[in-house]
Amino acid sequence: MVLGIRRMNSFQNGSHRQPAHFARKRSSWNWDWWTLSSLILAGLAVTPVVSVLYLSLQPSGGIWGHLLETSLPIYITNTLGLMGGVGIWVLVTGLATAWLVTMCRFPGRKLFECLLLFPLAIPAYVMAYAYTDLLEYSGYVQASLRGFFGWENASDYWFPEIRSLGGAISLMGLVLYPYVYLLARSAFLEQSVNILEASRVLGRGPWRTFFAVSLPSARPAISVGLALALMETLNDYGTVDFFAVPTMTAGIIDVWLGMGNLAGGSQIAALMLLFVVLLISLEYFSRRRRRYYQQTASRFRSLPSYQLHGSSALLAIVVCGLPVLAGFILPAIVLARLSAHFFSRSWTPHFQELALNSLLLSITAAVVAVAIALFVNYSRRLRGGPLLTFATRISSLGYAVPGAVLAVGILIPFAVFDNTLDTFFRRQFGISSGLLLSGTVFAILFAYIVRFLTVAVGQIESSLDKVPLSVDMAARTLGYRAGETMIHYHIPLIRGGMLTALIVVFVDCMKELPATLILRPFGFETLATHIYHYASDEMLGEAALGSLTIVAVGVLPVLLLSRFISTSRSAYERVYESEPVR
Amino acid sequence: MTTLDIVQATSTEVSANLLQLRDVTCNYGPERGIQNVSIGVTEGSQVCLLGPSGCGKTTVLRAIAGLQSVSAGSIHIGGREVSGPNLNLPPELRRIGMVFQDHALFPNLTVSENVGAGLRNMDSHNRQRSVRELLGRMGLELHAARYPHELSGGQQQRVALARALAPKPLLLLMDEPFSNLDLDLRERMGQEISDELKVNNITCVIVTHDQNDAFALGDEVGVMSAGAIVQWDTPYNLYHQPVNRFVADFIGNGVFLPGRVISKQAVYTQLSELTRTAALDWPVGTEVEVLIRPDDVVHDPDHTIEATVIRRAFKGAEILYTLKADANTILLALFPSHTNFGVGEKVGVRLEVDHLVAFPRPKGK
Repeated sequence: MVLGIRRMNSFQNGSHRQPAHFARKRSSWNWDWWTLSSLILAGLAVTPVVSVLYLSLQPSGGIWGHLLETSLPIYITNTLGLMGGVGIWVLVTGLATAWLVTMCRFPGRKLFECLLLFPLAIPAYVMAYAYTDLLEYSGYVQASLRGFFGWENASDYWFPEIRSLGGAISLMGLVLYPYVYLLARSAFLEQSVNILEASRVLGRGPWRTFFAVSLPSARPAISVGLALALMETLNDYGTVDFFAVPTMTAGIIDVWLGMGNLAGGSQIAALMLLFVVLLISLEYFSRRRRRYYQQTASRFRSLPSYQLHGSSALLAIVVCGLPVLAGFILPAIVLARLSAHFFSRSWTPHFQELALNSLLLSITAAVVAVAIALFVNYSRRLRGGPLLTFATRISSLGYAVPGAVLAVGILIPFAVFDNTLDTFFRRQFGISSGLLLSGTVFAILFAYIVRFLTVAVGQIESSLDKVPLSVDMAARTLGYRAGETMIHYHIPLIRGGMLTALIVVFVDCMKELPATLILRPFGFETLATHIYHYASDEMLGEAALGSLTIVAVGVLPVLLLSRFISTSRSAYERVYESEPVR
Repeated sequence: MTTLDIVQATSTEVSANLLQLRDVTCNYGPERGIQNVSIGVTEGSQVCLLGPSGCGKTTVLRAIAGLQSVSAGSIHIGGREVSGPNLNLPPELRRIGMVFQDHALFPNLTVSENVGAGLRNMDSHNRQRSVRELLGRMGLELHAARYPHELSGGQQQRVALARALAPKPLLLLMDEPFSNLDLDLRERMGQEISDELKVNNITCVIVTHDQNDAFALGDEVGVMSAGAIVQWDTPYNLYHQPVNRFVADFIGNGVFLPGRVISKQAVYTQLSELTRTAALDWPVGTEVEVLIRPDDVVHDPDHTIEATVIRRAFKGAEILYTLKADANTILLALFPSHTNFGVGEKVGVRLEVDHLVAFPRPKGK
């Protein structure tokens, strides 16, 4: 869920320099090596998307007709409903909180600036388990109400059903709004002070200034935040499955795992790519437009802040406090209580084993992703050219593709590979090579890397861009070859950025559910699949320890992000704090 | 000339020059390319490439360093071909040292680690000795354990030079070495580095857009414009005998007076008749423009020409006056500081042109 943090960071850093390429050699073997390897890596990363596209163009027999008659309309309606609802929720929450913390001054504003990020730490499906425990019939809230009012059973009173489309929208909105909040916040901060002041001088009040000036010029950034939040919505499986809201992601997994119908699953996956393309376009064009909107030089000049007093200050605290309370504190307490209660039953050798599975898998994926990101970025720095830039972009498409679609796209070529190899071995040697790629941990690893490579590529790109090219040239003229230069000079200089990339990819892998479910070998469990299975069996107590572990891990990148926010803020803070406008 | 003669001529040329660029062409974007650049640098000499930004001088330097491939022509360093249309020896194999505009010191290494960075193949005892010796030569012994960000600009510059010289390169390249330093330091560093290079007989190519740097460091200077070398000469000749109007404009101050060739050795201008000992290149009657440097205008109270001061710029020992000689003629004049004229004052001047420089005037001017 913290996928895209780096993409947001790059927003906050403003535009970063595009390095001029280093040297082009037409005649040396070296040229081919760096470029070719990067192109091969990019090609591998884009394979799943290509194979889903390829399948969708194949004649599908009667599958389409069947899907259309039965479940497809429901999948699409639910998906659209969920995306619409979550979209509105994250826009309202994200914009309101971002505007309050950037433009207003009230007690606790600084603290809220960071606290508002914390819901990012909780995956939507963990949220669903925690809130179901809290709000279902036998849960704490309803039990207390019954005890207080003396109701006997469900027929005595009305209580909203948490396991519904509405419930899914609320819970996803609660954990996804930080995407909009972060981007809107930085957009507001970068706005030209002069324009805002001009608007006030021309007689517009705070509200009209917001709607007439702030909002329109922050719109591209807000659209990017919205696109990222909706990508996560599209990706979610745990929540919609638990709440029995069959979306397209749920459809893929049900059709494939439940009915064993891979062709049907891939048809839905292909249809989902259409949604993905729309979201990527929204993000891409918003990013491009943003350049024209925000070009203020005096970035850290004081914003015209509204000092809030009394009831309006209280209202601001409530508006900023509620998302934090509902999106992080409350579910964390519920999970902590449940975990404590069920600890002896949850903390088993089996749990330790699957936690270790998650840990090893995620660390491996993170290390490989960072290594690939370093390699691809360094090749681009070394050789430049549109081809390598294109390769870098292509290799980071995975973040937009829902895990379930990605999994289908990996399953198919891997199965083809295994079958071909197996047939060959049987024919030639009379032995079976078995399943080498599909149905192994390697498939999961591949999915993780493809899906989260963007985070690493982006983070390392921005770190590497900060190292002047003259450092490369100095090292080269001092007798270091290209690879040696990277090892001796670049890696030590960008190790902070590499560590951030490692942590973020690691955490994203720990939380990943849909691709893991589809690709895991029989009997292989990770923390995410473990709590998913317990939750499916209505054993929320047993799932709590795993959920709490994932949340604890998820707090790591949030801490990184909030540290980033507070350091980037300090520069303008001095002016900001010393110069109240009213 | 037989084929053999050509081969022999080529090989002697190569052995005479430590660095030889022959008709080097780089296609590198529509504007930044270079065409047919030929340069020969003998061992122990320092040359400068001078030109406005975008003229291609940095591309030449990058091509010599191997950071930019050439599409035609060849580059030899120490008699060995390092660049050609199908050859690009990587920078690390060319035995060059390079000093950069931003110094490019490794921020994570100390001064002595920076200086020792290029001495990987030495054992640690010899490496330390070399580093110590270089730091001593540069006056940096006391800063050996510091990090680059703890040094002043001039000290960083010296570390960068020490680091580049440590592996004893055949050739030193410097890219705008002084542009990060303030004016005062710039002059001092220029002097220091020039001495260092001369004393140690270091062959060096320096790229700069600042003529003062070029004149301070270069035995010879190549002026570049639009990807080609326009004039290759000593600083003295560049100033006094520019080959065309671009060089005349780019180097030093001066104005152009319209004139006409009236004899083999004389040009008539409205202000006075100017002569030179060498014959002029153009037939009598050619319309020309004559370069008048500020030092060609001499204060002469017995005034053959009377001019009005319209602007003055105090330079310490001298004052640069902008004078209006008549309605259409503006002159620049550099007088010693004790001649103190105010704006609007009348001054008697005389033209004393030792090096008459004239170019044919474009029609209609």
